[in-house]
Amino acid sequence: MKILLVDDSSTMRRIQKNTLEKLGHTDVTEAGDGAEAIAKLQAGAGSYDLVLMDWNMPNMTGIDALKKIKADPALKAVPVIMVTSESEKTRIMEAIQSGAANYVVKPFQPETLAEKIAAIKK
Amino acid sequence: MPIAIRAEHVNPFILSNLETFSKMVGVEARPGKPILKHDARLDYDISGIIGLSGKVIGSVSLSFPQATALAVCNKFMSANLKEMNGEILDAVGELINIVAGNAKKGLSEFNIEISLPSVIVGRNHRIVEPKGSVGFVIPFSSPLGDFHMAVSLKPA
Amino acid sequence: MASPVKVEHINPFVNATKVTFETMVHTAVTPGKIMLLSGSKLNYDISGIIGLSGGAKGTVAISFPRVTALKVVSEFIGEKQLALDETVKDAVGELANIIAGAAKKDLTQYKISISLPTVIIGENHKVQGGKEVMPLLVPFDSQFGSFHLVVGFTSEV
Repeated sequence: MKILLVDDSSTMRRIQKNTLEKLGHTDVTEAGDGAEAIAKLQAGAGSYDLVLMDWNMPNMTGIDALKKIKADPALKAVPVIMVTSESEKTRIMEAIQSGAANYVVKPFQPETLAEKIAAIKK
Repeated sequence: MPIAIRAEHVNPFILSNLETFSKMVGVEARPGKPILKHDARLDYDISGIIGLSGKVIGSVSLSFPQATALAVCNKFMSANLKEMNGEILDAVGELINIVAGNAKKGLSEFNIEISLPSVIVGRNHRIVEPKGSVGFVIPFSSPLGDFHMAVSLKPA
Repeated sequence: MASPVKVEHINPFVNATKVTFETMVHTAVTPGKIMLLSGSKLNYDISGIIGLSGGAKGTVAISFPRVTALKVVSEFIGEKQLALDETVKDAVGELANIIAGAAKKDLTQYKISISLPTVIIGENHKVQGGKEVMPLLVPFDSQFGSFHLVVGFTSEV
C-alpha cells in the first residue's frame, strides 16, 4: 500500500510511520501541510492507496485538502482517513460529508489506526 | 490566501514592551535587531511565557538573567527584594501579561487572544520554539540590564 | 488574592493526560493528590507548555525530570531516545498539544483556542503561573517515573 502521511508535527508523522511500518507498510511518503499533500498526490496521481490527513495545518488545512482531493477526478478515488484532535461531532460530520473514509481522534492507540487502515484495504 | 509571518509582525510586541517598560517599570528599554530564533544561543534564569491564538498561533516570552529580573521587578513593584521569590515570579508573569495584552491591538487583523502566563525559573534554561513556527528573538538593553523577548508565530 | 483553579476545570486535564498516556505512550498513569504549586518537590529538566485562550484563559504545563522524559518519549515515538535533543523537545511539545486538545473536548462551553506549545529545557527548573489564578499541580506516577501537570485556568476573562 502506498501511503501519504500528512501532518505538520514531525513527532506525529514519526509515530504514525512507525505504526505503519509495524503493519508492514513501508512505502510511506510524508507531507507537512495540505498544499504539499495535494502537490504530492497530483505528482503521483493514481499511485497512492491511502492518505492519512491531519486537520489543523498551515498553508492549507486537512479539511480543505480533503475537499480538493474529492473534487479532483484524478484523485477522488483515494481514501482519506482524518487523523486529528478535532473531536466535535460537527467536525466529524463535516469530514465524513466531505468524503473522508474514516476518522481517528488523537490521542489514539496504534491498534485503532491499524483497524481503520485494515478496513480500507478490504 | 495563506498568512505569511513576517518580521514586521513582531513590531507590536516590541512597541508594547517599550511602552510597558516606560510606563510601568519606569525605565527606557531599547530594542536591538531581531534575530531568527534558531540562531540564538541563549540561557536564562527566569522567563515569562504567554500563548497566543487566533488567525495565527504562537507564544511570546520575556527572559531575564537573575540580576536583571530582580532589578526590573523591584523597580516595577517599588520593592527591594534581594533574591528570587514568589513575588518576583508573579511580577514577571504580570509583565508578560501586560506586554502581550497590549500588543493585541497592533495585531487586530489576526484576532489574537492571549492565554494565562507561565513563569519558568531555573538557572540557564532555554526556550525552544515549536517546529513550523517563525521565531524571532529581540534583544533589549535597559539601565537595569539586558534581556530578551522571543516571539514565535505560525498561521493557524 | 487569586483563587485556585476549580475542580471541574482541572478534571478535563487530568482525564486528558490519562487517556493520552494510555493510548499513545501505552502506559497507565496514576494521578496523585492535587496540590498547590508551591508544594512541588520535583525539579524538572524539560517542560512542554501550552496556552489556552478564548472564552476562558489557561496554561497547561507537563514537566518531566530528564530520565522520565527520555523513557516516555521513547515509548511515544517507538524509538529509543538517549538525549534531550530536537526529537524529544518536539515530542514533549506534541504531548502538551494533544493533552490540551483532548481536555478542550470537556470544556466546549468556553470555546477555547490552543496556542503553540513552548518547550523549556534546563536542569532543575520550576514552572509557575501568573497572578490571575492559582495554578494547581497534579503529580502523576507511571512505570517510567513521575511527572507533573500544572494547570492554570480561569473562566473569568
